Amino acid sequence: MVPDQNKSKSMNRIDSKFGELNRKGRKALITFITAGDPDLDTTFELVLEMERKGADVVELGVPFSDPLADGTTIQRASQRALNNKVRLRDILKLVYKLRRKTEIPIVLMSYLNPIYKYGLEEFATTCRKTGVDGVIIPDLVPEEAEEWLTVARLNKLSTIFLAAPTSPLERIKKIASKSTGFLYYVSLTGVTGARDKLNSNIIEALKAIKRITNKPVACGFGISNPQQARKVSRYSDGVIVGSAIIDLIEKSTSRKAILKNVGNFVASLHQKMVGD
Amino acid sequence: MEKVLPDKSGYFGIFGGKFVPETLMSALKELERVYNRAKRDKSFQDELKYYLSEYGGRPTPLYFARNLTKKLGGAKIYLKREDLCHTGAHKINNTLGQALLAKRMGKRRIIAETGAGQHGVATATVSALLGLECEIYMGTEDIKRQSLNVFKMELLGAKVIPVSSGTKTLKDSINETIRDWVANVRTTHYLLGSCVGPHPYPMMVRDFQSVIGKEVKRQILEKEGRLPDYLIACVGGGSNSLGLFHHFYNDAVKFIGVEAAGLGIKSGRHAAPLYVGEIGILHGSKSYVLQDSDGQILPAHSVAPGLDYPGVGPEHSFYKKTGRADYFVVTDKEALQAFHFFSETEGIIPALEPAHALAYLMKIAKDTNKDEIIVLCLSGRGDKDVEIAGALPDRFKAPATIPSSRRIRR
Repeated sequence: MVPDQNKSKSMNRIDSKFGELNRKGRKALITFITAGDPDLDTTFELVLEMERKGADVVELGVPFSDPLADGTTIQRASQRALNNKVRLRDILKLVYKLRRKTEIPIVLMSYLNPIYKYGLEEFATTCRKTGVDGVIIPDLVPEEAEEWLTVARLNKLSTIFLAAPTSPLERIKKIASKSTGFLYYVSLTGVTGARDKLNSNIIEALKAIKRITNKPVACGFGISNPQQARKVSRYSDGVIVGSAIIDLIEKSTSRKAILKNVGNFVASLHQKMVGD
Repeated sequence: MEKVLPDKSGYFGIFGGKFVPETLMSALKELERVYNRAKRDKSFQDELKYYLSEYGGRPTPLYFARNLTKKLGGAKIYLKREDLCHTGAHKINNTLGQALLAKRMGKRRIIAETGAGQHGVATATVSALLGLECEIYMGTEDIKRQSLNVFKMELLGAKVIPVSSGTKTLKDSINETIRDWVANVRTTHYLLGSCVGPHPYPMMVRDFQSVIGKEVKRQILEKEGRLPDYLIACVGGGSNSLGLFHHFYNDAVKFIGVEAAGLGIKSGRHAAPLYVGEIGILHGSKSYVLQDSDGQILPAHSVAPGLDYPGVGPEHSFYKKTGRADYFVVTDKEALQAFHFFSETEGIIPALEPAHALAYLMKIAKDTNKDEIIVLCLSGRGDKDVEIAGALPDRFKAPATIPSSRRIRR
């Protein structure tokens, strides 16, 4: 019997974190990596290293054969993890192992099918037991989520929904009301991947969204350097950086180099975001 | 009369739905709205009818296959000649409908996936006709297998974009088309080619294809004064079969869908999600899919590129679950034998996709009565497949004698 890693918590780690940052007047740095890219031991070390260098929340991507919301960077990361035969259950075990070392909020990002195949209820229960705090399912919109939300609520799991530039404001309001933990605002009309320039409408959009919801709003997709992170964090409660980190993992030739390069990059994001 | 599905949320029983990135939700809702309006709009229906007949060549004949009937020695066999449509397959019925809708929505750019190239050619064709910009995603494996269709698409002014991710076939070209759509959704219409994907596609594509069955109903009543006993069609995503079945849903007519068994079900290299798949979520809808124990989608295999897909339309999953249709499988080898046998018997070269339906017909015809009637959808012509079939060793060619059902079953 696995001891329940979330039992003693009256409050979800994500909510506590946003509360704490809010009191300090700070914004959340949320970093994304694909679990098992290039292997699960590196992922374990990377989570701890990113936390040391200033990450506030970690998002772990569950590899999938058909990641249709992802650009080439995360597609390749997903493929590397799949080549290593990394399975959803291995990632849940990894989180369990991490929970002996860290209390950083951990969010799993997975397409629906691996979760559906695992069994919605069993997955939610296992998330609670292993210490997962929230789940992002990029191909699950609120209309289709009732069954999932029921089991997620029972297990005190946050379900983070996405809002996009193509979502009308009225709809974003509804999405925000269904979302727990935070609302994920997709900064651009497109798939994931580092971009040189930010979408020009992003500030206006974030301002409008902040007016219609009290929930924390984190912004991701295409944010790839400290300047962009700083700019976006001014108008949101958090910034999500993924592909830019995975690019570094891909370019590094050893585990040591991966930890060093990603660590330095996360530190530079953190410094720019907290600096005056 | 049973209620016509899907329901308002796009469900056929427990199958269907809209499992897509949020970015696409507004476009899907717009498409649904515009489509529902067009469905009731006489000017749209008249325009579609005009193009289907004057440009697409409809109605297609319902041909009594005298030689085949005689040789197989069972029920009377009629063939719905979709191979005679403009571009050589039923695909044009849907591409004309959707391209006219795209114009109504003010979207000047069309993107589409293609496996065999038939849907790509049909999309490039209507884009040329209506002056729309057109880009087609096609797996590099399929580009190799169907070079003639690549050349045709380019000739028609479309850009063919090779897809080298994943299995490099239809499944991955759909992924890539969806990614393009996510990025360009404001200006672009995704002209999906089968009854798959998120709502409203499975419903809309079926409706556009249902002209097949509507004509069959009228034609068979004229010729035989009664409805057929069996409807048979191949099933990849499922558009020609659902197009044939739809208007017979409430009639006492048996529906038979034939999936590709590839190298054999036991080999694991097939494209038969209805036959051996499990329920999952792929490309925006809940349906039967080929997947492993971890929920990863498995690559499909079929000698017919148009059937080479690990998923299937949600309406077929509903038909399977409720028993409204029966599904069977046919191997590559059986389909190739049927391809040869049928060409020699009727003087019609079928595409490898409907050759699967023909192979199944050859298996069961003997067990049917002479006073029964079978209608088979000959969904496309085989010019595109001559190269594949020609490159295969002799043992795949037609047996010199009439195939006994035993011989085919072996």
